[in-house]
Amino acid sequence: MQRQLRKLGFYTAVVLLLLFAVLPIAYAVITTFKKESELFSFGANPFIYEQGPTLEPLIFLFTDTGFPTFVWNSVVIGVFVVAITVVLAVPAAYALARLTGRWGESSGMAIFLVYLIPPTLLFIPLFRIVVWLGLANTIWSLVLVLPTITVPFCTWLLLGFFRSVPQELDEAALLDGCTRFGAFRKVVLPQALPGIGACVVFAFSLSLSNYIYSVTFISESAARNISAGVPTELIRGDVYFWPSLMAATAIVAIPLGIAYGLLFDYLVRGFQASGATEAEG
Amino acid sequence: MAILEARQLKKHFGSIHAVDGIDFRSEDGELLAILGPSGSGKSTLMRMVAGLEEPTAGDILVNGESIVGIPPRRRNVAMVFQSFALYPHITVRENIRFPLAARKVPETEQKRKIDWVTEILDIRDLLDRRPSRLSGGQSQRVALARAMVRDPDLFVFDEPLSSLDAQIRSQARGELRSLLDRTQITTLYVTHDQVEALGLADRVAVMQSGRIHQIGTPRELYDAPANLFVAGFIGDPPMNLFRQGDEIIGARPEHLIAEADLPDDVEAALHLDVEIEHLEFLGSEWLIYGLVHGGVPESGEGLRIIARERQETPRLRAGERTQLVVPRHQAQYFDARSGMRKSGPEVAVA
Repeated sequence: MQRQLRKLGFYTAVVLLLLFAVLPIAYAVITTFKKESELFSFGANPFIYEQGPTLEPLIFLFTDTGFPTFVWNSVVIGVFVVAITVVLAVPAAYALARLTGRWGESSGMAIFLVYLIPPTLLFIPLFRIVVWLGLANTIWSLVLVLPTITVPFCTWLLLGFFRSVPQELDEAALLDGCTRFGAFRKVVLPQALPGIGACVVFAFSLSLSNYIYSVTFISESAARNISAGVPTELIRGDVYFWPSLMAATAIVAIPLGIAYGLLFDYLVRGFQASGATEAEG
Repeated sequence: MAILEARQLKKHFGSIHAVDGIDFRSEDGELLAILGPSGSGKSTLMRMVAGLEEPTAGDILVNGESIVGIPPRRRNVAMVFQSFALYPHITVRENIRFPLAARKVPETEQKRKIDWVTEILDIRDLLDRRPSRLSGGQSQRVALARAMVRDPDLFVFDEPLSSLDAQIRSQARGELRSLLDRTQITTLYVTHDQVEALGLADRVAVMQSGRIHQIGTPRELYDAPANLFVAGFIGDPPMNLFRQGDEIIGARPEHLIAEADLPDDVEAALHLDVEIEHLEFLGSEWLIYGLVHGGVPESGEGLRIIARERQETPRLRAGERTQLVVPRHQAQYFDARSGMRKSGPEVAVA
């Protein structure tokens, strides 16, 4: 009897959590296919279609707005930001973890502090740099500027990760006939893959969600990404195109959600390893 | 096959003199143990031989040629780490293949070598496992296999047995010794465990504060320690030390005997009036802990001794007062000021 009660409590909690996670997305998906007239009527049940579903908001989103361009721009920006971040953060973190002795500790902390400077302070000076480089109104402004956030954070994340790889492994590889680079590539890097995965996810998410740089550096619709393009095109004055807004959100969020879900165990290992060693140090 | 030699070898980290002028020369195929407490500089010495640290001064030679400045990958030195340092992301087979692949050994040769080494170490069944699924003893064999597979000139072992369970340690020690007898590869064996060093090595170098205090066979270290540090460090329980004049007299626990047992023609170096505090049963022997009340006035109050008795039942009981003596020929004499050994009882008599 008591065991059954406990089971009941457990499943109730699971269902509540599930609703908490799924309801907003489900609501977005349902709203996507709603007719305007039903959406704005007060008496209507928000979870069912009393007047039947429609594809109009989706068609509007893909044909009458820059949404496909926004998605493409976001993907290009994301790929470049991830690439730059990994290429800079991995060697930086490895070097800080291994080669600089006492300086490694304080430099790692200094790099993390850079990450804490908010973009709301940085966007004005960075805008001047972007203009000076002739990159304003192009997606390359974001490719250049977003790594200022992702590189320090990922360096810090990977620093903890590389520290958790015993130095004896590098040394064993050196004695087994590897160069310093060979030891890094063949022995250390494979141990750090979950950490690098975590960095890829972080850098990509950040490049997708960053709003302030996207809005301030790019004012041309054709060069906008999702985070700036969707709200500026689908909110016109005080008119909100709710079904199309919801469609834009769901189309981006659902595939990402599934991808993160599949990678979850792997990523948690990455973040845990990092956090654990930081706490020890 | 190699002779390892160190000449005036030094390594300073800032103001810390980790290795402070070391000279030694191994025999070909010898197992030379470096024994010292932690912080004695033995690990730094080992890392310099492996090429992981550059010496501040001095020279390291293999077969008469300096290896200082040569990167580790081009020194043919194989190391077995305390943690074994197996590569966790690849199988045992790939771990053993790693040094061969890094040295671009041809595939057929690789296969032959891996077969040979897995046969010797009896690890054929483990080849497809990941290191995380090995026990301590198995990990040690795999680490040995990885070190042996490339025919090194020199083995460097960093406490390879200390992470094993106590039960299998003595067995592993025996296996290691017979393996090294078979391969005849000169080995530098670093440890803080004197049982390991004395039990395994041909010769032992006792190290402390960056210097070698004595280098010799286990027997020499035990019977004739060069100074007070070696006298106190080698032997378990350590040597009892008594001050007398400008000398320190040392007596191994088994050389503290009851006065009645002293043969008539043997003179005693010391007469001690001892109160027995307690006894420890260790299976094959008893350890007798006592408090000295008289006989060595210069050693001060509260001096304690440990004696060893190899009897089924000890003849002494806790709380008893008894007379213990040290036969003169078994006593060790040290200069109180320098701590150095005096050459023998004759000197003390004269």
